[in-house]
Amino acid sequence: MNYHLNFNLIWRHSDKLIDGLLLSLQIAAISIAIAMIIGLTLALAYVDGNRLVRFAVAAYVEVIRNVPLLLLVYLMFYGLPTVVDIRYDAMTSFVATLSIYGGAYLVEVLRAGLQAVPQGLIEAAKAIGLTPWQRLVYVRLPTALRVSLPSLSNTFVSLFKDTSIASVIAVPELAYAAQWINLNTFRIVEAYAVATPVYLITGYSILFMLRLLERRYAIAR
Amino acid sequence: MTGMQAALNSLPFLLQGLVVTLEVSLLVVALSLVIGVLLGMGVTFGPLPLRLPIRLYSDIIRGIPILVLIFFIYYGLPAIQINLDSLTAAVVALTVFKTAQVIEITRGAFQSIPKGQMEAAKAIGLVFRQRMTYVIIPQATRRFIPPFINSVVDAVKGSALVSLLGVIDLMQAIQQVIGRTFVPLPLYVLGAFIYFVINYSLSLLARRMEARFAYIRE
Repeated sequence: MNYHLNFNLIWRHSDKLIDGLLLSLQIAAISIAIAMIIGLTLALAYVDGNRLVRFAVAAYVEVIRNVPLLLLVYLMFYGLPTVVDIRYDAMTSFVATLSIYGGAYLVEVLRAGLQAVPQGLIEAAKAIGLTPWQRLVYVRLPTALRVSLPSLSNTFVSLFKDTSIASVIAVPELAYAAQWINLNTFRIVEAYAVATPVYLITGYSILFMLRLLERRYAIAR
Repeated sequence: MTGMQAALNSLPFLLQGLVVTLEVSLLVVALSLVIGVLLGMGVTFGPLPLRLPIRLYSDIIRGIPILVLIFFIYYGLPAIQINLDSLTAAVVALTVFKTAQVIEITRGAFQSIPKGQMEAAKAIGLVFRQRMTYVIIPQATRRFIPPFINSVVDAVKGSALVSLLGVIDLMQAIQQVIGRTFVPLPLYVLGAFIYFVINYSLSLLARRMEARFAYIRE
């Protein structure tokens, strides 16, 4: 018995796939933005903080990085609301999880970037009389961000790919759309044969744009 | 039944799941190590007709979310008359993905060896086989091991996705216990702790190896 490919049903539900992709991108964008804030704050805390702060940041990074994202997603969505009196929908829960997860990776990337800012540069900033805040805003952050740009791009694309995990708690993003089409039309091969290249192309497009940015701004360590 | 009790009572069942998680991870790591290193050497030293398909494979696979890859292989392969049970399909999918990463690690390890090493080896009259065995591979191995151990951590983490195909690994065992006891948080925390202990040990090992081999510089 041969399987006959039939893409008609996929095209009929293409709106699901398109909405799914848009939601995936939206989740990625929001999560990356929050993760960047977490990452920057904690990386700074790690570099400038005392031992206690350093330990706390390292603990966060190590715990999150060594636990599967899938488990964190379940923990946040099914586990946490049973003891803490908060309510959120699947989308909010997933964005929060991915932000915390991405934050742990970005702390590492940005910490390396901050530590790569040459000491002479910071001393020069002191010498011309910049306050600590000015040194941070005009000297350390711009340099650190430019140094870490290549690693940032890779982490961003990886986080975009991780949005597919949202399908397990029924967030209607791209992977969920593929599953929905499968369940409703039984055209499973076709559903994934379309969804997979969409991920591939979108991921590489994001990477390509970031590489353009790198060509303009990245500086070697 | 309190959460702690539920967690404790379920430990034997969770350990069975942990065994499956470790088996899957080990299998995936072993298979992808062999295939990935071979293909990685192919992409570094091989002729263009060999390099191109490997390059394509590695770039395409690494661009696909692993969850999508698992579903694609599990549900898609039967369409071409290949029927895999869920465990095999999961292992195949994870191996396909991990292999692409190992290819990149291998390529990176070899390319990080300064050209001078190869040239010096040529200059003293070693043939390609000898250059590889005595000069390049010993150095590349040291560059290979730390990122590889990190990717083993990824493999253990990624193996949690096999639960989505119904394989009763640690993740799925946790889900099933929660389905019976309705105490999600303690069990998820326990699960996170087990994963953390395994992966953190591996991470520490990777870091020690990295420090140990840090003396190789250009």
